[in-house]
Amino acid sequence: MIPYESLLLECVRGDERVMILTAENRGHMRNAPALMGDNFIDVGIAEQTMIGMAAGLAARGRIVLTHALASFITLRAFEFIRDDVGIPALPVIMVGMVPGILSDGNGPTHQAIDDVGLMRGIPNINVFCPSDEDDLIIGMREIIFSGKPYYVRYTNAPAAVDHDKSFTPGVAEIVAGPRGCKRDVTILCYGVLLRQALQAAARLSTEGITVQVVNLRTLKPIDESIILDAAVNSDLVVCLEDHFLTNGLHSIVCECLVREQKIVSVLPIGFSTWFRPAILSDVLDHEELSGEHIARRIKDRLISQVELQTVGGSLV
Amino acid sequence: MTNNQLSDLPEIREHILRMSTDGGCFTGASLSCTDLLVYLYTSFLRISPETISSPERDILLLSKGHDVPALYGVFAELGFIERDRLKNHLRVHDHIYWHPNRNISGVEFHSGSLGHLLSVGLGMAVDIRMRGLDSRVVVILGDGELNEGSVWEACLTAHALKVDNLIAVVDRNLFQANVRTEDLIPLEPLTSKFEAFGWNVECVNGHDFEDLDELFRRLPERNGAPTVVIADTQRGRGVPSISERADRWFCNFTHEEVDALIDELHGRSQATITSKTLVVR
Repeated sequence: MIPYESLLLECVRGDERVMILTAENRGHMRNAPALMGDNFIDVGIAEQTMIGMAAGLAARGRIVLTHALASFITLRAFEFIRDDVGIPALPVIMVGMVPGILSDGNGPTHQAIDDVGLMRGIPNINVFCPSDEDDLIIGMREIIFSGKPYYVRYTNAPAAVDHDKSFTPGVAEIVAGPRGCKRDVTILCYGVLLRQALQAAARLSTEGITVQVVNLRTLKPIDESIILDAAVNSDLVVCLEDHFLTNGLHSIVCECLVREQKIVSVLPIGFSTWFRPAILSDVLDHEELSGEHIARRIKDRLISQVELQTVGGSLV
Repeated sequence: MTNNQLSDLPEIREHILRMSTDGGCFTGASLSCTDLLVYLYTSFLRISPETISSPERDILLLSKGHDVPALYGVFAELGFIERDRLKNHLRVHDHIYWHPNRNISGVEFHSGSLGHLLSVGLGMAVDIRMRGLDSRVVVILGDGELNEGSVWEACLTAHALKVDNLIAVVDRNLFQANVRTEDLIPLEPLTSKFEAFGWNVECVNGHDFEDLDELFRRLPERNGAPTVVIADTQRGRGVPSISERADRWFCNFTHEEVDALIDELHGRSQATITSKTLVVR
């Protein structure tokens, strides 16, 4: 039994309110359902019905975790999430499988790279984007019993770092680089690209470029203090995400900086359109999202900033 | 309350007509399901103002939420809310507007977008079964609402889960918003559609309390399948000058027209309506 389904089973056994629903998506829970009795329901390939049922169960006092591919749960069931979960703020958790770049070879129908934007746009819905399996388990223990609705970008990727075991929604973790002092670059990121961010930071540090890497964990609520610290203490803030640049982290950071009247150079790294389907490592390379590519893109930007300043311009 | 007395609750239709001014409401659809709601709340559902928070209560969900004036009229007459509160219709300081809101005592779930509450009701029915209770969940569906694929998706799942404490009631008034159902997306043969989905199917005259009582005394059938009741109804029932008319779905009458329609409701005289009514909603 993988850690995620062990966690689900533990929650169901520890609290009879917890219900596990799936829209015939059992890839990450092959063994636990048989041990959950009536607290597990497979509704079939019916995302709208799953979310409606979850709302009905939650309205009766239950805590409901729902599962489907990320693009289907957010898009097919969008109005059900907005109306039946978001408006009454019921404790339903939408767990989206193979989000973002993890859909690798499936093609654009399966590419949930607009999901964060869709979910964060709904009042009351929170968004948790763990970077790996350890991060997922640490966070899920908190949010399942938070009493709030959440969208979760699921991943079972191997741990990218040794994570902070304490988890508070809206509190990011600094996973590499200097803290609380000036540095050249801050990389703000979430999800599976954290590993690539760390590789990029390691490459840049060999060239004397100081880089702080932040794992945001939740995008809603977002850790605004860490965004503002990045704006004040870095020459460049990188927003790294496997999501459309519109309405994801880049948009969140820009909204925050404009509201707080902070001016800083920002490099967005994400998608402008759907990515080319292939196995994951080739997608990372083709879309210039590998650690090596990210390091080069950051360095190119730093060089252009210096050149601008040399000819008399200033970005800050 | 006996069934004969039930048919004599004209106050609820009066409430609906009084909400059909100063901004208006969905009058035609409300009048078609009035008798259904009166019957269910007075004779079938085990729920009262005193038990609206009891986990053992029966539940009614208005999936075709635009007929909420009928529900609020029933609530006012049965003491769920104060009668005077209906005067707050469309006032920003209250929650009485064109679709149900959970801040109104007795409303189990909000609605407005069609095709949602059969699945919500299914979730509630599953919870009731898990708790070992014998409560029933009734979901009122519009016949036009049956265009929504999510209704049939929920039908499949309810059948698969063998949820037999769930009763869907179709307010079969034969109208979509603006046109007759059979002229747009034909639903017939409707009984065989539900039968093919594995549901128990019952047909009833939705305005005949004896017919309703004869049927609902037997429901739900505890045979491992959900039940649908197709209730034949008439849009605008009780007020001849606006019944069966495509242009009397959403109505915003003058105060004088409301008074005339109430006279018509009581058989005193026929109303003459000149207000244009909005059909774009």
